[in-house]
Formats: sequence, structure tokens, C-alpha cells
Amino acid sequence: MKISELSAYIDGTIVCNAHKADKEVYSAFSSDMMSDVLAFVMDQGVLITGLINPQIVRTALMMDIECIVVVRGKTPNNDIISLAEANGIVVVTTKKNMFETSGRLYSAGLKA
Amino acid sequence: MVGQFIHQEYLVAGNNFNSAGSASEAVKSTLKKMGVASADIRRVAIAMYEGEINMVIHAGGGVAVVDIYYDKVNIVLSDKGGGIEDLEKAMQPGFSTAPEAVQRLGFGAGMGLPNMKKYADKFDIQSEVGVGTTVRMTIFFG
Repeated sequence: MKISELSAYIDGTIVCNAHKADKEVYSAFSSDMMSDVLAFVMDQGVLITGLINPQIVRTALMMDIECIVVVRGKTPNNDIISLAEANGIVVVTTKKNMFETSGRLYSAGLKA
Repeated sequence: MVGQFIHQEYLVAGNNFNSAGSASEAVKSTLKKMGVASADIRRVAIAMYEGEINMVIHAGGGVAVVDIYYDKVNIVLSDKGGGIEDLEKAMQPGFSTAPEAVQRLGFGAGMGLPNMKKYADKFDIQSEVGVGTTVRMTIFFG
């Protein structure tokens, strides 16, 4: 699905790199533990997390993740947004929790 | 590309969690410009990033020396931190001495060293309590 569609499925807001919202993503990984993202992510293009510090962007960058979904209504600060912006990573925020976000996106066809 | 050689040195600041990973970011970008395959870049990036995070959370920072050749990368991470008491334990997946505050930041799951060993083709760690730790890694391209 396109990142714009992903955002719509979870009533999300694209907060940076909106010009890349047409990009296709195929699979996602949900975790607040960046250690686990580094250990377990294979080729997932989307990271779903409730953590907000710049390391979510660095972790995504190292893993070639193209889109970060920040759940539970959290607001990434300017440092996080500008780091994501500079590295071409799309950030989507949603008020939904991690379970519902993952569930909706999985039902919509995003793979594990 | 044969014969190309790049030497980079980075100071990894121990007091700034937010900047941790910036050295890995720079190395990743260099390798990308050189046209190294993305799967190899990712292995370098993960191994080095885990090392950087370790130096920040456990050792008060350190130095990363990166030598890039046409067919491989050598990474040496050295710190003057407290050292590792039991290396064998530290290498076990899931074993962590990271404080809870670090876990709230998303790290300290006990996967750092095992992950570095997994992604590096050559991995060596020397540590002395009260003196510091040195990790040497080589990642071959292709």
C-alpha cells in the first residue's frame, strides 16, 4: 500500500516528507525496543513505535526503513522531525495504540 | 574502486544519547556514495550503531576508527569505560546490565554484542575491568 493509504487506515497525520507519501510499503515491524528492531527486522519498510527519541530515526535509517508510525498520540519533537526529514524518512502520527494500528494495517494487507 | 582507501575517526560523545549513532550515519552515507551493496551497508551500519550505543550507555563514550577498503571495512571501537566483568555472559543474547533508564530509551535488551557478532564477519572483543573495552570488527563486501 502507499504510505498515504497507510496513514488513512489509522486516521494518521503525515508530519514530514509528505512528498514521499506515494511510496509503496509492503511490511511492518512493531516495537518500542529499538534493540529488537536492530535484531529482528529483515526487510520491513515500516516501523510502528510508541517511543519518541532521535534513535527511532537512526534505527530506521540503519535498517533502511522508509516510514515510522508513531502511535498512542505521541508527538515527535523538532529534533526527531528534522533528522527524519534530512534522511528522507516519512513520519506518520496516530492517536491509535500500537495494537490497533498494527491490526488495522495487517488487515489492510501489510505483511509481518 | 580497487586501491581506494578511506580512513575515518569519530569521537563518540558519552554524555549525549541524542547524538549516538551519528558516526554510523556518516559511515553509512560514505559507503552509499562508494556504491557498496545495500545488504553490506546494512551489516556495517547495524554492527557499528550497536557499538556506538554501547559506548554511550556503558562507557561514557569512546572512539570509533573506521578503515574502508575496496572489499571490506575494519571498525575499531575503543573506550576507557568500566570494562566488562564477564565477557561470556555479556555475549549471551538477552543478558544486559543496562539500567532501567536506558531501557526506557529503547535499548538495553541484551542484543547489542550478539548482534555485532552476528553481522560482522570477524569479531573480537577485549575488555579489562577498570581499564576499558576494545571491539574489532571486519565486514567483507559481497
